[in-house]
Amino acid sequence: MSRLQHHALLEIQGLSHFFGGLQAIDGVDISLSEGLIAGLIGPNGAGKTTLFNIISGAYNPTHGKLLFCGRNITGRPSHRIVQLGIARTFQNIRLFPGMTALENVLVGRHTRMRAGVWGAVIRNSGTRREEHAALAKSEEMLEYVGLKHRTDEPAGNLSYGDQRRLELGRALASEPKLLLLDEPTAGMNPRETAMMTGLIRKIREELNLTILLIEHDMRVIMGISDRVTVLDHGSKIAEGTPEAVQKNPAVIEAYLGKQAGALRLKRRLRELPGETDGAPA
Amino acid sequence: MHVTSDAENRNIFRRLGSSGPPWLRLTLLLVPLSLLPLIVGNYWTHVLAHVGIYIILGIGLNVTVGFAGLLDLGYVAFFAIGAYTYGLLASPQFGYHVPFWLMIPVCALVASMGGVLLGIPVLRMRGDYLAIVTLGFGQIVRILLNNLDGLTNGPKGLLRIDPPSLGNFQFSTPTHYYYLILAGCILAAFTASRLNQSRVGRAWAAMREDQDAAALMGINVLKYKLMAFAIGACFAGIGGVIFAARQGSIFPDDFSLMVSINVLCLIIIGGMGSIPGVILGAVVLIGIPEVLRGLALYRMLAFGALLVIMMIFRPSGFLPAARLKVEMKRK
Repeated sequence: MSRLQHHALLEIQGLSHFFGGLQAIDGVDISLSEGLIAGLIGPNGAGKTTLFNIISGAYNPTHGKLLFCGRNITGRPSHRIVQLGIARTFQNIRLFPGMTALENVLVGRHTRMRAGVWGAVIRNSGTRREEHAALAKSEEMLEYVGLKHRTDEPAGNLSYGDQRRLELGRALASEPKLLLLDEPTAGMNPRETAMMTGLIRKIREELNLTILLIEHDMRVIMGISDRVTVLDHGSKIAEGTPEAVQKNPAVIEAYLGKQAGALRLKRRLRELPGETDGAPA
Repeated sequence: MHVTSDAENRNIFRRLGSSGPPWLRLTLLLVPLSLLPLIVGNYWTHVLAHVGIYIILGIGLNVTVGFAGLLDLGYVAFFAIGAYTYGLLASPQFGYHVPFWLMIPVCALVASMGGVLLGIPVLRMRGDYLAIVTLGFGQIVRILLNNLDGLTNGPKGLLRIDPPSLGNFQFSTPTHYYYLILAGCILAAFTASRLNQSRVGRAWAAMREDQDAAALMGINVLKYKLMAFAIGACFAGIGGVIFAARQGSIFPDDFSLMVSINVLCLIIIGGMGSIPGVILGAVVLIGIPEVLRGLALYRMLAFGALLVIMMIFRPSGFLPAARLKVEMKRK
């Protein structure tokens, strides 16, 4: 364990990724030390979700290296990465809708279980014990995210906010060291957002996890993160405390500056009819 | 963790699939099934045994299609592999007479290997593409059987295949086979339901519902796909051995595409993913045409109409699995 403290938990080195000719990630370096909540922000199409997909093994990066606990995990298949201790949620919820809430969490538990075909059929004492332990753990996770009363409900029937929390419970069931949250409060009302933010803080404190989260709600990200990384067009343009990042001119240019630009454009368009009246372009 | 209450404990047991007194339920089911041949006579016993073989096949294909969501239209290939492996090693064809009971695990293994063999090239395919490739596989196996004259005796088939025996007792009447096949069905249903309610079954269900999400939740999708093909094929292999032993002779034409389609149909009619559904589906699909024999030429017409009506009123089958019911509703 002491060696771990010298390493960052996750080290992303010179990461680039291309989709055909399109460069989605351009030489990104991120180092994440244990116990942090790190925010990942950037305008639409900045490459945030692509970065998540690379970390979780869905894509194999074109260039660069990923080190997790000092171990090279670049190009490992996603099920191995989950087993090593990285779990994630999805921007557009990807639950198993026909399976109950409990079964969804049990699937998250899969990687910490061993039973194979023989164990499943014969159901020997080892398998039974494992299954009972997994059920207990999964029920605990459901309670943790506040869905105990929905245990046997098919995930597809849950409300939007409940589905987001179930995804979180499913990810936690794999006992990750690093949790990747892709817009955990997207589409939530203020009350649900506050609840989710509280839950994320609680997870960090009680489960001793490191969290990397993508978020569009600036209040959430500024309130919750210890550190923020900003991506734009696939490159890292800033990194630091939320306060420092907010004041960074490059960020304002890329992020808020564009909004200001959009406002200006809108105003101009509103003026257009008067200007162009009778004058063909 | 808090102490779990009684109600929760019951819940856990229900989820593990061991509710109530299972021995009582099993007896209630078994006694009438065992007495059936004494009541219905030889002809219907024969029909029921035929239905039973389809139940074994249906339960097997249900693992691949219903549990794991891999549409396999070449399932008959594994049935053929099982039947021919037995036929070749327990008939005068080469003069080998390996005992039936030894051939059951051997053929199950050979058919499973066939499943893996089919599985490897199609690992990255989904849906329609998978269906087409498996369809081709089924045809290839039948055509091989038809043309490898030196090995399989081609269209002339394998004759005088050994019947099973237990000590001095030889299986010969329809009733004997009825009991053999009944035992096979029970074993198949037991195995499949245990698999379904396990870590393996959950992994298949997750994969069926969202393959990418399943992989990102830690499921080795390639491995579980191969397992689904292999285990599904294993049931068909065992079904093939029993089929060959019961018929006494097998021909390549016994393993036509229609078998694959029938087995798939009975799963869909019964309710995808549900074992009671598969059993009911086999009874309806294989049994009803026999009941309708009185209609002579109009038999298949009436049968077809029944199927169409049924699918209109119960599109997810007679006894759909709970999980799939939700999926259907959402689509």
